Amino acid sequence: MLLYSSITKKVLMALAGLFLVTFLCVHLGINLMLLRDDGGRTFSAAATFMGTNPLIKVFEIVLFAGFLLHILFGVLVSFQNRAARPSPYVCSNNSDTSFFSKYMFHTGIIVFLFLVLHFIDFYFIKIGLVAPPPGIESHDFYHRTLLLFSTPWYSLLYIVCFIFLGIHLNHAIQSAIQTLGWNHSKYMGAVKFIGSAYSVFIAAGFSLVPLCILFFK
Amino acid sequence: MTRLNARIPEGPVAEKWTAYKSGSKLVNPNNKRKLDIIVIGTGLAGASAASSLGQLGYNVKVFCYQDTPRRAHSIAAQGGINAAKNYPNDGDSAYRLFYDTIKGGDYRAREANVYRLAEVSNQIIDLCVAQGVPFAREYGGLLTNRSFGGAQVSRTFYARGQTGQQLLLGAYSALSRQIAAGSVTLCNRRDVLDMVLVDGKARGVIARNLVTGEIERHAAHAVVIASGGYGNVFFLSTNAMGSNVTPAWSAYRKGAMFANPSFTQIHPTCIPVHGDAQSKLTLMSESLRNDGRIWVPAKMKDVEKLRNKEIKPSDIAEADRDYYLERRYPAFGNLVPRDVASRAAKERCDAGFGVGSTGVAVFLDFADAIKRKGHDAIDSLYGNLFQMYEQIVAESPYETPMMIYPAVHYTMGGLWVDYELMTTVPGLYAIGECNFSDHGANRLGASALMQGLADGYFVLPYTIGNYLSAEIHTPRFDTSSSEFKLAAEGVTDRLKQIKNCGGKESVDSFHRRLGKIMWEYCGMARNDAGLTEALYQLTELRQEYSRGVRIPGGLDEYNPELEKACRVGDFIELGQLMVRDAQQRRESCGGHFREEYQTSEGEALRNDEEFAFVGAWEYKGRDAAAALHREELQFKEIKLSQRSYK
Amino acid sequence: MNFTLKIWRQKNATAKGEMVSYNVKGISSDSSFFEMLDTLNQQLIESGGDPVAFDHDCREGICGTCSLYINGRPHGPVKGVTTCQLHMRAFKDGVTINVEPWRAKAFPVIRDLIVDRSAFDKIIQAGGFVSVNTGGVPDANTIPVPKEKSDAAFDAATCIGCGACVAACSNAAAMLFIGAKVSHLALLPQGRVEAAKRVEKMVACMDELGFGNCSNTYACEAECPKGITVVNIARMNREFLSAKLFAEKEKIVQDSL
Repeated sequence: MLLYSSITKKVLMALAGLFLVTFLCVHLGINLMLLRDDGGRTFSAAATFMGTNPLIKVFEIVLFAGFLLHILFGVLVSFQNRAARPSPYVCSNNSDTSFFSKYMFHTGIIVFLFLVLHFIDFYFIKIGLVAPPPGIESHDFYHRTLLLFSTPWYSLLYIVCFIFLGIHLNHAIQSAIQTLGWNHSKYMGAVKFIGSAYSVFIAAGFSLVPLCILFFK
Repeated sequence: MTRLNARIPEGPVAEKWTAYKSGSKLVNPNNKRKLDIIVIGTGLAGASAASSLGQLGYNVKVFCYQDTPRRAHSIAAQGGINAAKNYPNDGDSAYRLFYDTIKGGDYRAREANVYRLAEVSNQIIDLCVAQGVPFAREYGGLLTNRSFGGAQVSRTFYARGQTGQQLLLGAYSALSRQIAAGSVTLCNRRDVLDMVLVDGKARGVIARNLVTGEIERHAAHAVVIASGGYGNVFFLSTNAMGSNVTPAWSAYRKGAMFANPSFTQIHPTCIPVHGDAQSKLTLMSESLRNDGRIWVPAKMKDVEKLRNKEIKPSDIAEADRDYYLERRYPAFGNLVPRDVASRAAKERCDAGFGVGSTGVAVFLDFADAIKRKGHDAIDSLYGNLFQMYEQIVAESPYETPMMIYPAVHYTMGGLWVDYELMTTVPGLYAIGECNFSDHGANRLGASALMQGLADGYFVLPYTIGNYLSAEIHTPRFDTSSSEFKLAAEGVTDRLKQIKNCGGKESVDSFHRRLGKIMWEYCGMARNDAGLTEALYQLTELRQEYSRGVRIPGGLDEYNPELEKACRVGDFIELGQLMVRDAQQRRESCGGHFREEYQTSEGEALRNDEEFAFVGAWEYKGRDAAAALHREELQFKEIKLSQRSYK
Repeated sequence: MNFTLKIWRQKNATAKGEMVSYNVKGISSDSSFFEMLDTLNQQLIESGGDPVAFDHDCREGICGTCSLYINGRPHGPVKGVTTCQLHMRAFKDGVTINVEPWRAKAFPVIRDLIVDRSAFDKIIQAGGFVSVNTGGVPDANTIPVPKEKSDAAFDAATCIGCGACVAACSNAAAMLFIGAKVSHLALLPQGRVEAAKRVEKMVACMDELGFGNCSNTYACEAECPKGITVVNIARMNREFLSAKLFAEKEKIVQDSL
């Protein structure tokens, strides 16, 4: 992995990232089922399907591999990047670039921390590593979610994390396309637009669930 | 008395080069490995020579003062490169290119060399295209040409306004390939400060490592100087800040003759001087004269109003404008050769009609062209030049006329070389701008790039073999020999002397003074009294310099002031020689205009009877006067005539 | 105009450097940034001080020698120009101007504001050329090149190798520099012949020299004085991927004597 060229590393990171981007869409779809006013029946059915289908099980492994790859390469290239400028500038950079594009590592860390929290709250309970809170079964994601989001500070934290994820994605999508060499003068504008729209969609979509629970349930 | 033998091959001019190549001696590939060559400079001439010689199998060491070979000042050439390809089918041929170059040089160049230049010009284009130089093309995918500098055929190949850059990057890439292959060793950030002769032959150089200050000795079987021109003797010029005469001058001090030093080219279209702090002049491509019209106000009261900013240039009525080039030269108008255009601008400004805050500028107006061709057409032709002008001057040429004034641009004079490009020192070669050979008294546009690459790619690799074939039994030289030791000690002593002279004034301030003297008395127009005055002032300046300059910092560290000090010291000595050469040449020709020798209409008046020769100067010692040698020029192909652009 | 300058002073590669303040007075707004520094150096020399060392040569924006990081931007606040073409009218009278050298592991400081950019030479030596010899090439017009391709190649070839892309990049990556050279040659039929090998070698060399990775912030494009775009980086990535994915295993063929 260390011996891969910088471009290979970035390409693998981009491919893993794009895979995660598609996964987010699936996850969001299931989350939005929470909002259906049927006592969580649709949501639980979907959650059960995701938890039991063998094909999905296989994809779960791929998904974890994707996360791992993206994170490991992310950390690796960031360390290399820091090493490439051992003595920093006295006057910080004022170049005309999008602010957050320079802080992908930092937004990435926020998303990673969120992921850890998210695992503790859901996935680890599911696989039995963490005991569920009293009164809730380990497979009952519906009530678990309602319980968590009824706490305002948790909802707020959740929304803030997704705003950072949105920022991360906003740069990430067009960046991945560029890294893969698909920058084309005719289409790059559209790619950037779609990427931004998608990140807003993801951030807003995921934030919708806690907001609804907080205010309407 | 003459020691000059140009060794021009026998036979008709068109067959000389072929005959030479067939008859010259070759070096066996196994022996090439045992032969070392030093090349000084990495511009078009130096880089092309070093890469070609490395490719042939010689061991090459190439020197440049810049941090990388790609920065050599050839990179700044804008217009284009000539070649007699005749792609446009407009009747061009090697003979025509040869003829135009001789005539453009005002009949002061050597026929045989110029013909060879025209002959190999086509090969240059082929090679550069193969290297990936992105010349301008037609929609059909083939190369396009433009007419340049008033030529009657379209023979100029170009890459937007950056032809020099693209050609140099081509040569640099070829050089890089040889460096990677190990056949060429790069010595960057080095100033070559002296030549080393062993038994009368050039056998090495003494260089200063500009980063560490170390004085290095490098030996070779032959030395090639490709260090460019000496325009910086005028302080303000279009040359790079570091461009210098030092390698050529040290060769001169070691016995290589210096030819026609007074032949300098003043380019008519540069951005005028803005003030005393100015360090450098910027050229605007000559192509601007294709569409721009040059004028000054015809009435003195308009000049004054302009200077007081009471009126704008566009407020001056058509009838009150003096389109002086169109007036004086109806046939060529704004497209007269560089020397003619420059002198005409000076004439108007001297008469008091100059514009701008300093009164030393003329207008180059595109209003008519924009009206005729449209804004977009002008933009596509000159957009990048207009932008560059606006960056520097903060005025848009679309809205108000450009202001231009002539500036020193190129030096036709240089080390005297024979047909093989060898100086009067055996084994010491000079190529590109630093030799005198091909442009006579005036260089045509788009010919400098052609000459640099012709010398480096296609001439020197043949001619140097002819010399080296006799050196195959000469073992590599030991740099601890007495000759190297002596030269290195000489350089160290000189540096110490400059450093410790105890003066107070900066190098730049001496350089500015030198520039003022040269521009005033040995610039666009010269006369005997002025030249005498210049000689007097230069002698004073040289004395003051030797005890008045202050160099901060040490000898063994990175020290830009010390670098400049060596260069300026040589420029002052060169200035003296230029003035003597200008004084000796009692005629006007090309860029050399002596006010005493002009026609009744103010045009240059040549004197072919007495001055159809190359004036080569021999060094006679630090304080002795140099001796003049003449190489008579024989014109067998071309009949001498008065240049007329009326 | 008057200015306060804060300039990075460093005696040599190993010495510790620091920012030092200077005042310059009476500068013409038409002066270039270097003419302003010339004035400062004149003052320093005449008062017995040590002038500031900075790289500069052509002073017309084409040689790529100049390299100052001014107020947090390579080549200063004006877009599309090198430091030598930056004029003092771009600054307000009386302001403080920060001047630093390019900073990157691959560009070590030599003195004051001068850095060693020979890493760029090494990258070109690794493959930034078409392997043709002097002599023996076909007539120039036997290789037609579509005008659009030729123009795009020129746009990439216009790189002056100043290193502003590396200086601006938060990762000190050299992708724009290499992307430009790879693109220039990959777009032309002359360069296509060895395009795969070239991109592999140049990228490998870049990695070896300690430049950072690209994170597509496009600061390089924003600061490139020649307006070279990141499309060239994408093209290099494409070239690199196809070279890695589709190139056959290399066979060593010995030419028979």
